[in-house]
Amino acid sequence: MSKIIQVGMAELKLAKVPDKLMTAGLGSCIGICIFDKTIKLASLTHIMLPSSTQARNPQNAAKFADTGIELALKEMEKNGALHSRLLVKIAGGAQMFKFSGESDIMKIGERNALAVEATLQKFKLKLIASDTGGNYGRTIIFDPGSGDLLVRTIGHGERTI
Amino acid sequence: MVFDFSELSGLELDALREIGNIGAGNAATALAQMLGAKIDMSVPKVSILPFSEVPDLIGSADLHVVGIYLNASGSAPANILFILPIAKACFLVDMLMGMPLGETKADNFSDMQLSALMELGNIISATYLNALAMFTNLDFRPSVPALGIDMAGAILDAVLAVFGTVADHVLVLETEFTKDDEDIVGHFFLLPEPGSLDTILSSLGVSIG
Repeated sequence: MSKIIQVGMAELKLAKVPDKLMTAGLGSCIGICIFDKTIKLASLTHIMLPSSTQARNPQNAAKFADTGIELALKEMEKNGALHSRLLVKIAGGAQMFKFSGESDIMKIGERNALAVEATLQKFKLKLIASDTGGNYGRTIIFDPGSGDLLVRTIGHGERTI
Repeated sequence: MVFDFSELSGLELDALREIGNIGAGNAATALAQMLGAKIDMSVPKVSILPFSEVPDLIGSADLHVVGIYLNASGSAPANILFILPIAKACFLVDMLMGMPLGETKADNFSDMQLSALMELGNIISATYLNALAMFTNLDFRPSVPALGIDMAGAILDAVLAVFGTVADHVLVLETEFTKDDEDIVGHFFLLPEPGSLDTILSSLGVSIG
């Protein structure tokens, strides 16, 4: 029996085929799927913020792009994944509110996407597909077997990347 | 300063519930006047939740909703989020604009209808904050409302990200508004920023031990 494992805000979970990983309602957050196709193992990290360095409480590593990716990499390797085989797909990083103000909260999506890309580069992880930006939410489901990432939206279509 | 909301005592939670009650009571009255209908409210719930559980308050993270967000600045900054299921939002717009029920369609809001929704959020929030200000003697200055129509989780995470830099939990004061005893009209959330709690509680004479 295959399960769909739910990943909440600021959480990190791993799944092996035939299970799937899902996170619902990504707004400015980003879902980072790191997977090893050979052993069909994947992780999904639901990060909220770009960097742990400015946070007063960086204990929860999965909340930030920098520490979240590092932790996912560690967990993947601990479970038998090889760094050199790892591929990455990401989705999210939208700007949800139209605001007349210029508050920072409005740009979090974009900052998250930039931070994720920079961190992936730092750890030499290969980003092969991304669906970020826009002003709409995304629900994503990752299949560790095929490596397919299904992106669902409201009013902006459904696609597999 | 309270960093960990779980350290709040029963007395402190009661005090918060009480201000939620007063704020929401006023907001319900304003809503009833705008709509010309009877609006009831639930007893406010105070919850201290990890981020991942907040979307469950509304139902599910991919529920299609309208979210109206405001930031209140002042001596005790807080965030306000009013979330309505999309079908209820359409209903409210029809009532506000004096149109037959069912006229407003979820996939096609006009500028006028969007503006009506924003105004609704504005009035509810302003009334709530006014009551809060009177009760606590603090000033709350609401920002212009921002509107998002999408998945509940997506709307929430943009707001919760603000808290992410300082906390892993969020304190939610939640009230449900209902019309004609059954329809859930919407969820109203007051999310005080972590430092604000001390200010609010001490203004109520409830000191933090």
